[in-house]
Amino acid sequence: MLNYILRRLLMIIPVLIGVSILAFLLIHLIPGNPAVAMLGERATPEQIARLEEELGLNDPLYVQYGRFMARVLQGDFGRSIHTHSPVLWEMSMRFPATIELTVAAMIIAVVIGMGAGIISAVKPYSIFDYSFMGSALIGVSMPIFWLGLMLIYLFGVKLGWLPPSGRLSIGVELETVTNIYVLDAIITGNWVALKDALRHLFMPALALGTIPMAMIARMTRSSMLEVMRQDFVRTARAKGLPEKIVIFKHALQNAFLPVLTVIGLQFGYLLGGAVMTEWIFAWPGIGRWMFLAISSRDFPIVQGGILLIAMVFVFVNLLVDVLYSYVDPRIRYD
Amino acid sequence: MNMRAVIKGNSEQVEVTCQSRSLWSDALSRLLRQKAAVLGLIIVLALIASAIFAPFIAPYDPEKGKLSDRLQPPSAEHWLGTDSQGRDILSRIIYGSRISIQVGVITVGISLVIGTFLGAVSGYFGGILDLLVMRFIDIMMAFPYILLAIAITAVLGPSLINAMIAIGIVGIPIYARVVRGAVLSVKENEYIDAAKAVGCTNGQIIWRHVLPNCIAPIIVQATLGIGTAILDAAGLSFLGLGAKPPKPEWGLMLNQGKDALQTAPWTVMFPGLAILLVVLGFNLLGDGLRDALDPKLKD
Repeated sequence: MLNYILRRLLMIIPVLIGVSILAFLLIHLIPGNPAVAMLGERATPEQIARLEEELGLNDPLYVQYGRFMARVLQGDFGRSIHTHSPVLWEMSMRFPATIELTVAAMIIAVVIGMGAGIISAVKPYSIFDYSFMGSALIGVSMPIFWLGLMLIYLFGVKLGWLPPSGRLSIGVELETVTNIYVLDAIITGNWVALKDALRHLFMPALALGTIPMAMIARMTRSSMLEVMRQDFVRTARAKGLPEKIVIFKHALQNAFLPVLTVIGLQFGYLLGGAVMTEWIFAWPGIGRWMFLAISSRDFPIVQGGILLIAMVFVFVNLLVDVLYSYVDPRIRYD
Repeated sequence: MNMRAVIKGNSEQVEVTCQSRSLWSDALSRLLRQKAAVLGLIIVLALIASAIFAPFIAPYDPEKGKLSDRLQPPSAEHWLGTDSQGRDILSRIIYGSRISIQVGVITVGISLVIGTFLGAVSGYFGGILDLLVMRFIDIMMAFPYILLAIAITAVLGPSLINAMIAIGIVGIPIYARVVRGAVLSVKENEYIDAAKAVGCTNGQIIWRHVLPNCIAPIIVQATLGIGTAILDAAGLSFLGLGAKPPKPEWGLMLNQGKDALQTAPWTVMFPGLAILLVVLGFNLLGDGLRDALDPKLKD
């Protein structure tokens, strides 16, 4: 197992180098002078010259890249041109919010998606199957930014059941330990804050989890149907095992690997791609932070942030691969 | 084309007439047997018809409105209501279908041409070229899709054209992978050896013999890709990185309508439904095409 993990770690090194080159080149894709693009047309020549000097834009590209990589290897991913705070620090402040949202979205997606997929596979071509799979098809076609707005309208405005934005209501106090509010509320035993944090979390998590939920439902159904046609399932039934055991112990366990693939891939995408959901629900995570940086043309943040997010994404995928090899040991020997 | 065959046995003579059908007519008949795919096809055809006949079917000018008519709820005069500028939402949705088709075709065109080239060259030649291209694809796939599209659009400057370029670029890896996989299996066929034996160049073999035999997965991916491209472009416009006012782009309509969500939800509801319906149409058609072109894939 250790050999497998080491081999996979070695394999991601070239990918990480490539990712760093792409992230580095991003700033050089800006048409014209990047310093002017960042400071705006009203910037004075002195300001432009100072920023060019600060970012080293006058040096040859390979020198700039070398310097960029030397900084990155020391944990310095650049500084915001507006706040002058280090990118890594800014990201670490926002990452817990994104983790909280992503995990909650995946929990909703896995529980509902797998449940719907299992029922559809157990009762294929029934009314349940048609309704679940019809809903799943609508789910994968859903513009989540629209779904988010509709949820706000329904639950936030019309019914007034849930708060439309933010992570915690004004006036609710919470002592932060991990910055993951739900976890912090549990750790500190603050049940008022826990209830409030969960109410804030529900809508964005549901919106973000909709597409993964639909994909998981479709994959669970097709994978379960394939497994349930196999001889060992027939044998399990023939020897008189209760249907629940046949479905959950024999069929589901063997149908789980493709479902895990979808879960892993989606989890990685959600961690970095929750931009729209975070923006709509004013969720202070990395997606919203990146979007605000892009809007204010704070390109060092965009560059460093993209690189960091891609690195997280690569490592999440590695983690999923290791998890596969745990679920299906044959993979380790391929 | 009809084929007649006479089979002679010891005591009887049987005449068999069978109709030979091409792969495409077979696939079409399989496609038309699937209700969901037919529904998808109808939605896509309706979108195309709406784009072509927009000036004839749209009741109002999509870019001009009367301020006295602002935020009117759906009525006999304005079936889907009006927006904050007093423009008719139905007319804007109808004209918006033109932009959606343009976005879908151009975006998928960019991904398809570059992705197919990379996939075909990589799969056909193999070796170091394959290794390099595939590592490049791995690197592109290491970035979260939508975030990379947002970053590229921001760097190039917010506009619909740049949004299409950005979505086209981030879509390249999918096509490269699909085409490479198909090429790897097609190049093992004997007719490729035969083409080499008669002296065809590599370019001729790829263009005339390999790619035509990989067309099925490419068509399926492109159909599904158009829906995704429309969705992503609408997302970028929603974030203010795509189409600019007063264009009747559906994502931009959502962006402009969200401020009036509490008082005039129809300004958000109908453009969103239009996006959902069109993406659903392409997804249904794409799924149907996949089953029709490769029945083995059907579960």
